[in-house]
Amino acid sequence: MDLLAKHAHFVERHKRMIELGVKDVGVCVDEILSPTRAMIKGRETVLAGTNNYMGITFNEACIEAGKHALDVCGTGTTGSRMANGNYAMHAKLEAELAKFLNREQVIVFTTGYQANLGMISGLAGAKDTVYLDADSHASIYDACSVSGAQLVRFRHNDPDNLAKRLARANDAGETGRLVVLEGIYSMFGDRAPLKEFIDVKREYGYTLLLDEAHSFGVLGENGRGLADEAGLEDEVDFVVGTFSKSIGSIGGFGASNHPMFNVLRYAARAYMFTASSSPATIATSSAALRQLSEHPELRDRLRHNSTRLHRGFKDLGLKMCCDEVSPVVAVFVDDEPSTITMWNALLEEGVYVNLALPPGTPNSSCLLRCSVSAAHTDDDIDKIIAMFANVVASRQNKAAE
Amino acid sequence: MAANNDEIFEELCKLLAPFNTDNIELKPETDISSDLNIDSVSVMDFVMEVEDKYDIDIPLNVLSETRTMNDLIGVVQGRISKG
Repeated sequence: MDLLAKHAHFVERHKRMIELGVKDVGVCVDEILSPTRAMIKGRETVLAGTNNYMGITFNEACIEAGKHALDVCGTGTTGSRMANGNYAMHAKLEAELAKFLNREQVIVFTTGYQANLGMISGLAGAKDTVYLDADSHASIYDACSVSGAQLVRFRHNDPDNLAKRLARANDAGETGRLVVLEGIYSMFGDRAPLKEFIDVKREYGYTLLLDEAHSFGVLGENGRGLADEAGLEDEVDFVVGTFSKSIGSIGGFGASNHPMFNVLRYAARAYMFTASSSPATIATSSAALRQLSEHPELRDRLRHNSTRLHRGFKDLGLKMCCDEVSPVVAVFVDDEPSTITMWNALLEEGVYVNLALPPGTPNSSCLLRCSVSAAHTDDDIDKIIAMFANVVASRQNKAAE
Repeated sequence: MAANNDEIFEELCKLLAPFNTDNIELKPETDISSDLNIDSVSVMDFVMEVEDKYDIDIPLNVLSETRTMNDLIGVVQGRISKG
């Protein structure tokens, strides 16, 4: 039996996309020019779908720190944190993050995906139940599966639905209950209604893990994320975040004030059985974290840009995925063929956004998803709006006539 | 909520209708995902409707073992009787 035969539907779908004009499903960036520009298919392209929220990937201090680490520590650690891959710089970054996050303990993971995998599967075991939001990121679903816990899915951003499910369980506190929320949901850009979820926590009791992947560095007075913005950090038991967005590097972290938190270093397989981050990655992450601390104006700039794009799209009459402003600005498109055609036309016009299709999207929706950067200029944002006017709004208006 | 298998089947058909976009005829042996060409997220969304209808939880672990309409009827019956 051909083991790959079960994936034939992917091949069929890929063929359909090619027929609709998508030359490559994964766009090849021929040359990256800046946080907001790249050469794609021989054309200078505005990048509006990179999650490079702070636009920090070409920051001079970060690049110098990375170069220095390469010179001094070499290209890689060739081992896990539990073996030979635990350098002083890894522990230093954890201490710096703890200070930034105002948490007692931090564990750095090699990727953001692994941070969720390690944290969730380390916290929840076979006798526990994980309650996850229906729109959770794939890394959360995968982590839940690895944990072996009972997995109960509740309606997206619906604290009452969670409360109903917690009430049904009626297990008299005999098993652990972990609820996983996200600060900003990656597809629609909406925030979790944290206060309402905390009200449910107070009533029914559960352990809360908040994934701040898209909100870390972005939201809150101190840039610590949604809990910081909402003034509810004390109610969040465990925080997860990533370095591949606002930090402009790669890696992830888990953080907590729990006195036994460090036991996860021995219980999280995604921490133990993978090579640690390279010295250059740790050094650039560390330098980027300093930039986030020392330049709160980056957050102001990001907010300004996000508001400008959100308002621009709204004025075009596009169907917004979320009324609240966040750096994720996504719009609904009616069907898959139109979405692919529009995405392709935008790329041809010189703007890259994310093509988001089911099953990777909530409610089987088809989306054109933008992510805004602090490095975008007003002209960049206006150019993106103008291209959406040409490609998306004009076609939708024509279809409506 | 006491219900016999036929009643549950009928209710499941109603709840499945919005997801069964190709209008494929539903039988007790129909494989919910592969026969109806429904992706994994839509299957979970459909099951959420079932959970709300019967006021039960069907953990995703249980769902991964549930293929056909008949399987799902069994799960619903089991969960209802569990209270």
